[in-house]
Amino acid sequence: MNLKAVKELNSLEMDGWETVIGLEVHAELATKTKMFSSALNSFGGEPNSNTDPVSLGLPGSLPVLNEKAVELAIRVGLALNCQVQKSVFARKNYFYPDMPKAYQISQFDLPINKEGWLELPDGRRIGIERAHLEEDTGKITHVGGGGRIHEASYSLIDYNRSGVPLIEIVGAPDLRGPDDARDYVSELRSILVTIGASDGKMEEGSLRVDCNVSVRRDETEELGTRCEIKNINSLRSLGRAIEYEAKRQIEIIESGQEVEQQTRHWDEAEGRTHKLRSKEEAFDYRYFPEPDLVPVEPSEEWVKEIANSLPPLPRDRRHLLADSIGVEPTETSLIVQRNLDTFALQAISSNADKNRVLVHLENNLADGIGKLTPEAFASLTVMETNGELTATQTKTVLADLVESGGDPQEIAKSHGFESMDNSELEEIVDRIISENSDDWLSYINGDETERKKKSGFFVGLIMKETSGQADGKIVNQILSAKAEN
Amino acid sequence: MEATEIAEKVSSGEVSARSVVEHHIETINKIESDVNAFNLVTAEQALIDADEIDSKIASGETLGPLAGVPISIKDNLCTRGVETTCSSKILEGWKPPYNATVIEKLKEAGAVVMGKTNLDEFAMGSSTENSAFGPTRNPHNLELVPGGSSGGSAAAVAAGFSPLALGSDTGGSIRQPAALCGVVGVKPTYGRVSRYGLVAFASSLDQVGPFANTVSDAALTLEVISGHDPRDSTSIPEKPLNISEVLNQGVDGMRIGVIEELSGKGLEGISPDVSSRVEEAIKVFSNAGAIVESASVPASIYGLSAYYVIAPAEASSNLARYDGIRFGPRTEAATTAETMTATRTKGFGDEVKRRIMLGTYALSAGYYDAYYGKSQRVRTLIMNDFAKAYEKFDILISPTAPTTAFPLGDKTADPMQMYLQDVCTIPSNLAGHPAMSVPFGFGEDGMPVGIQILAPAMAEREMFQAAKVLESESGKGIE
Amino acid sequence: MVQRISREEVAHVARLAQLALSEDELDAFTSQLAAVLDHAADLEALNVDDVEPSTHPFPLKNVLRGDEPGEGFEVEEVLEVAPKVEERQFRVPPILGES
Repeated sequence: MNLKAVKELNSLEMDGWETVIGLEVHAELATKTKMFSSALNSFGGEPNSNTDPVSLGLPGSLPVLNEKAVELAIRVGLALNCQVQKSVFARKNYFYPDMPKAYQISQFDLPINKEGWLELPDGRRIGIERAHLEEDTGKITHVGGGGRIHEASYSLIDYNRSGVPLIEIVGAPDLRGPDDARDYVSELRSILVTIGASDGKMEEGSLRVDCNVSVRRDETEELGTRCEIKNINSLRSLGRAIEYEAKRQIEIIESGQEVEQQTRHWDEAEGRTHKLRSKEEAFDYRYFPEPDLVPVEPSEEWVKEIANSLPPLPRDRRHLLADSIGVEPTETSLIVQRNLDTFALQAISSNADKNRVLVHLENNLADGIGKLTPEAFASLTVMETNGELTATQTKTVLADLVESGGDPQEIAKSHGFESMDNSELEEIVDRIISENSDDWLSYINGDETERKKKSGFFVGLIMKETSGQADGKIVNQILSAKAEN
Repeated sequence: MEATEIAEKVSSGEVSARSVVEHHIETINKIESDVNAFNLVTAEQALIDADEIDSKIASGETLGPLAGVPISIKDNLCTRGVETTCSSKILEGWKPPYNATVIEKLKEAGAVVMGKTNLDEFAMGSSTENSAFGPTRNPHNLELVPGGSSGGSAAAVAAGFSPLALGSDTGGSIRQPAALCGVVGVKPTYGRVSRYGLVAFASSLDQVGPFANTVSDAALTLEVISGHDPRDSTSIPEKPLNISEVLNQGVDGMRIGVIEELSGKGLEGISPDVSSRVEEAIKVFSNAGAIVESASVPASIYGLSAYYVIAPAEASSNLARYDGIRFGPRTEAATTAETMTATRTKGFGDEVKRRIMLGTYALSAGYYDAYYGKSQRVRTLIMNDFAKAYEKFDILISPTAPTTAFPLGDKTADPMQMYLQDVCTIPSNLAGHPAMSVPFGFGEDGMPVGIQILAPAMAEREMFQAAKVLESESGKGIE
Repeated sequence: MVQRISREEVAHVARLAQLALSEDELDAFTSQLAAVLDHAADLEALNVDDVEPSTHPFPLKNVLRGDEPGEGFEVEEVLEVAPKVEERQFRVPPILGES
């Protein structure tokens, strides 16, 4: 397909169609050493310096399982509400130069974790089919031809990464669009980082996402044929790839053909997917139980111990804050994402106005709380809600508290923010009205749009006149009341 | 001299380690060119090691139980900086950067490595004719095979090149050549001896074990190389064996079963003179106070079939790493995939290719359940039948090999013919139990016969007790 | 005798195993492999439905290693004897196809 068609494809309508997405996420586990040997699990460094006979797959070498990798896998499983079970390792056999043994030790029939779920910020639960352990491969650098595989003159292989422990998390096809997919990955990443299982950096490769996409007409129960998309390196690419792929598949079906089950490669530069291999060409991995390893059967005590050591997860934090404020958990997701929920709860327990807490944290504290204390924040919100300070004045005091800390009452005083009593204000309003009688007539007689425009005009003048001390809301009230008379 | 004697005399200073090594090098120089037991003789290094031992003794150091004892090592055990080829062109010239655990233990015990012995390529075979570097010949009769796959190690001991040797046993590769060469060969309980550094053939079956001229030498060696190794996940969590303390306790009251499925009555291929030796062995045990009766392990007849699915399956995966990318000679081609194929095609012999393909087939989509899946269940049947037999018996016996040594070239035309050599030895690999071959008499052709002694898992001590009794009555000394 | 494995199947597994066979070899190996599989067919008669497969002779489990770095390893010893090395990495001809 040429680029023109590609562009046209991206502006296709999708009415009447549903996109179904399931994600496979691989995360590097935060251990000191590799999965099956005591070579270092370390980023960077000289090529092939973190290797040993096991991670090089030398003849006679044997794997020995890293206890920490098992512990972290259980942490992930519990955080994803999975069932932790006895598991067995298996060999996944295929030839590729980054795989030193020509098989990858993974888990097949009996993964360590199965049947869990993850809750998106909007409250929907996405099924987790399994989360199992496996080892990573080496890294290939293509030399010549601009670093692309098809034009390279030769390649170089570094096995530093070979044998690094991975957890593969397979999500159910419960996602319905690019936003869902991005939210899922963000939430998953957040969970992994919170529990210390991985540093989850997509751009560094410690979090990798493969995407399964299919489409079906609305109201259909049966799943369509899916394609797997590889080489997605960022959340943005994830969204783009899903959009492209969904439209590609819809076009195929609408033209009367069938979608072929394939593995496809996402080309970021061209903004499209290419076929890598079809189902028939799929590898025959010849899985069989790994004879060099024995089963892992975590004891109930160990699993309990790990469960008890888990910190509050993003979902728990959303729910906790939402319950204290009395809103839906989706409304607290941004605050939790910014790690400001503990602060919010502290402010609330210092009698802050809950709604103002929410509003300010979301809108006015995006860059952080700096030197603002929960108590100062609490008393500021009270000052705001009982009218001592206008909205604008509150923002100013807040900014000062963030910058240099202190007490809101004193800062307000130092700015000369007094509450303005209404009779003073009314006098000013009257004066401004008389100075702008034409505009006042437009305000009284104008339609909604005109009124809005004029009210903005008057409020602006009045604010200027009062050096910002007037409360915009109250000004509007006064104007409306006068207009009635 | 026996190994135990050498160690004593060297430790006491009565004999120098150097003189022992020199004596063995002389023997090697005389007849190795006829026997071809070695891929590599490490004479120079052996003398250096011997000198070091002598100087340690001179300065009053106490050395290990094998001080100054020469030992030959099967060339599928990694020896750091020393060529380890598995008798294959695909590893020709390869020097491992590390020692196998058993090598480290031997060195710690003071043993002196004489060289790397010949084997069937990647341990696949029963005659050592599958070696890429030429066959080894049986020292008793150079026209005949020494057995395999550890033919070089068996021959080295039989020829007097070293009193001890190490081999590996996956389907009988220590025991069968031991029988054919008239020496003692032991396969320990699976997991008893570390596999770290043993180039894998079939991971769930492979074990390293000793060859020696006497039962007590074999016991001593097994004591040195056994014991838990944290680098091998399948290593059983036990301390090294102590067999010496029970070795001479005899078999009075022991219940010994003769496996009927593996006898001349059960199997056609067992030659009559081998069967006769088994009858004589029974008499020896009875006279020594054991209760000897017929035993049955019904599923053992399926052992050969299950083995020739399981072993190649695991091998096909274990040998996939030989691709010329990271080690060994490379046959370079235009692309990486072609390079891998060219290297493997050129580097592997026919038997290896056969087994790789057989194994790949058994594991491939659509065939897993019928072949590999089924064979692993048959394995359980065999374990269960052994367990039942061991409720009634302490020890079981059978011939080690169906025949005595056969002429070179005799069985190479038909792979199936060769595979039948392993029919008596395979069941204990599948079950993971220990078994050993003890030389006992000769066949009609004057060639040695071996009796196989089997024991339940972990019962090496009882097994050796029985072996000692058999040996003492066979009238066999050291040649 | 029922041909237990066909020439095409042998060619297929040879490809899977990265082995190139000549036409003669293909013929020879096919009949040899068929003979072995024929022998293995005596397993077909066995009913093992209610028997668990054994992958290990012993019920070992939970063999784990602490997450501590080991003694250093001299990778130079490997690089020195490797077939082709450049900039401390293993050099290979062009790799076609993706990972």
